[in-house]
Amino acid sequence: MAIAEKLAEFRKIADNPKTQLEHYKSKGMKAVGVMPYFAPEELVFAAGMFPAGMWGSNTKSISRAKEYCASFYCSLVQLDLEMLLDGTMDGLDAVITPTCCDTLRPNSQNIKVAMKNKMKVIFLAHPQNRFPECGVKYTESCYKKIRAELDEVSGHKTTDEEIQNAIKVYNRSRAARREFVKLAGAHPEAVSAVMRSGVLKASYFMLKDEYADKLEALNAELKALPASDWKGVRIVTSGIICDNPTLLKILDDNKCAIVADDVAQETRSFRCDAPEDDADPIHALAIQFRNQDYDILLYDKFSSQNRRGEYVAKMCKDNHADGLILFMQQFCDPEEMEYPYLKKALDAAGIPHIRLGIDHQMRDFGQAQTAIQAFADVLD
Amino acid sequence: MNDKEKAEQAPVSAEAAPVKKKKTQSPGVLALQKVVNDVYQAARDAKKEGKLVGWSSSKFPCEIAETFDLNVVYPENQAAGIAAHHDDTRLCTIAENEGYDADICSYARINLAYAMGNETTNEGRRMPMPDFVLCCNNICNCMTKWYENIARIHNIPLIMVDIPYSNYPEVDDDFVAYVRGQFDIAIKQLEELTGKKFDEEKFKRVCGYANRTANAWLKVCDYLQYKPSPMSGFDLFNHMADVVTARGKKETAEAFELLASELEENLKTGKSTLPFPEQHRIMMEGIPPWPHLRELFKPLKEHGLNVTAVVYAPAFAFRFNDVEGMARSYAVAPNSVCLEKGVDWRSQLCKDNKVDGALVHYNRACKAWSGYMPEMQRRWQNELGIPVVGYDGDQADSRNFNAAQYETRVQALVEAMEEADRKKESGK
Ligand code: SF4
Repeated sequence: MAIAEKLAEFRKIADNPKTQLEHYKSKGMKAVGVMPYFAPEELVFAAGMFPAGMWGSNTKSISRAKEYCASFYCSLVQLDLEMLLDGTMDGLDAVITPTCCDTLRPNSQNIKVAMKNKMKVIFLAHPQNRFPECGVKYTESCYKKIRAELDEVSGHKTTDEEIQNAIKVYNRSRAARREFVKLAGAHPEAVSAVMRSGVLKASYFMLKDEYADKLEALNAELKALPASDWKGVRIVTSGIICDNPTLLKILDDNKCAIVADDVAQETRSFRCDAPEDDADPIHALAIQFRNQDYDILLYDKFSSQNRRGEYVAKMCKDNHADGLILFMQQFCDPEEMEYPYLKKALDAAGIPHIRLGIDHQMRDFGQAQTAIQAFADVLD
Repeated sequence: MNDKEKAEQAPVSAEAAPVKKKKTQSPGVLALQKVVNDVYQAARDAKKEGKLVGWSSSKFPCEIAETFDLNVVYPENQAAGIAAHHDDTRLCTIAENEGYDADICSYARINLAYAMGNETTNEGRRMPMPDFVLCCNNICNCMTKWYENIARIHNIPLIMVDIPYSNYPEVDDDFVAYVRGQFDIAIKQLEELTGKKFDEEKFKRVCGYANRTANAWLKVCDYLQYKPSPMSGFDLFNHMADVVTARGKKETAEAFELLASELEENLKTGKSTLPFPEQHRIMMEGIPPWPHLRELFKPLKEHGLNVTAVVYAPAFAFRFNDVEGMARSYAVAPNSVCLEKGVDWRSQLCKDNKVDGALVHYNRACKAWSGYMPEMQRRWQNELGIPVVGYDGDQADSRNFNAAQYETRVQALVEAMEEADRKKESGK
């Protein structure tokens, strides 16, 4: 199959999460919604259930969620709640609600209340101080509880081997995504920003073994392409999420290739693998969480340094990016809080950037269009 | 010029808003004010003498720093003071110009602007720049990144105690072990920083004072149960500063005990610190918008509403005798508890303090707090059968409050309470 066809298939999956959910349900599988961030999805897979990623929606509007949320909450969380309330996610047997930010935290309670009679709501509050022994132990404690709750949902006791296998599958799918990000950056003529996003987003709506197979096949074809002589602009994207095709098309129209990303829905979510040689797979997952780094949502124990800002700046340099576009999710205080120091690091490294406010409910991209066009002109 | 140099220059570029002449205060209230002023003064003196000064989040266990004799000041309290002094917009704008978005908690914005070297017009709340920071994020996640930012601005150590959010009314042993483990690490870090050993005996003494303060604080709060009340519950918003900044000090316990004795006396003589007759009793939910205390109070006075319930009463009642107990105790903060416990606290308070209605602040600064308020509001309405109304505001950014909206909402609450009274009357 040609590259374009393969890309289109991923794009179709990314655009039809509900069809995917129905597809797995029709095979008799149970499904578990997984909200951001850092939930040990491996445990859902190990339990033989379908983990459905929940990152809001670009087509829905917030209406029922208003009963629970004030207007100053990010659209991601409000739309996740909306989809739970309006029946879109009725196929779910459970949902995992991590609480990494101050919006997710109270919303874990709203979901608990609102979904009481519909599905099991599995709570997760990671420890932020994840480095010392007590932190690793506490992560294990949280994950053990999740494992037990998932066992209740699936109706069978997950074995350590099943989790070890899931870790291998997930590591493989993460490695494939890392490789794809590199290849897409090296071949922007073959992989547009819209398609790149489709490929990465599809991972949230497929079983990861099927996904890894499919992606490895695509990667093999991309690898076989002759070197690209891209004449356009090279950018790094940053932010929580930038998966709106209309918005991404503006990048394509302006010949902006995404050569790397620091986006939560994309690279931030697959940067870190879990050890495969650990006899205790729960410990392995706790170690994976301990090793998560350079993230706006996580405590940095070297807090007096500007590690994250410098890491992102280095990512731009290493990938020969001309500039960075920060897609700032509206009302996302963790990302906003890190912006001044990201800016410092970018300025110090001489990397131009723009910051674009975005929201899932955005339908008019006029301003973004003007800003991106101007930015691309400057960089060109 | 780097941030640190900027910080040391600390220019003041705006005039303070005119401060209204204070009314005469009772000895208890004056003693409480002195305790807080002394905390700030002691930190300024310590800095001059070349001693270490720390900045701490309000619910970091102050008992630890107190045991090490460290001078610590509290950015949240300072930000409230700055906002009440109407210096909030200036500092918020400075932070915004540095790239901190206007959606970020206004306490954080004010404090980060301050940390970058912008002095406040509220002279009594001036803080020396920190040599270390103590961060406990039991109230919100925002605290973690806020304190990391301070640590970066000043290139200083951050001592972190992470207390994850709880989904159940009780915390389990694994949770306590995690928090306990971090206390041990924090103590070690402070031993290294100060070159002193942690003195267990002294710690017990400090816990003794903190427990005594907690008891006296609760005793003061409980006077709001009397009908009519010998005090204006609005006063608690001022006294909170003492439980935030000086829980572990003997003077704080004594000042609250003195205030309690005055309230006891009021009770006997039928007096009250409420400057108008009490017609209705309400719960005021949330941190008030500090820049607008006068506007907040005005319609309450007009309609004879006494605030007889604020959730800070149970929220600061930390009581324990050892490090383990401290770990359990600090797991319970207003924003760290699950919905059910949050509702319980307030429902009990409303019942005990005989509340006729509730006024909820939808506080734009605090996502963690406001995030489940609509559901809480529904529950009070159903469980307690009291009218509840909400208003929009911000604890420390005066731009996010609309006095006209607030007055209309208070009016609506009053009408609903009167209606409920009439129904009760006709039912008799
Ligand atoms: S991190 Fe930001 S975008 Fe994500 S849920 Fe929290 S507030 Fe929303």
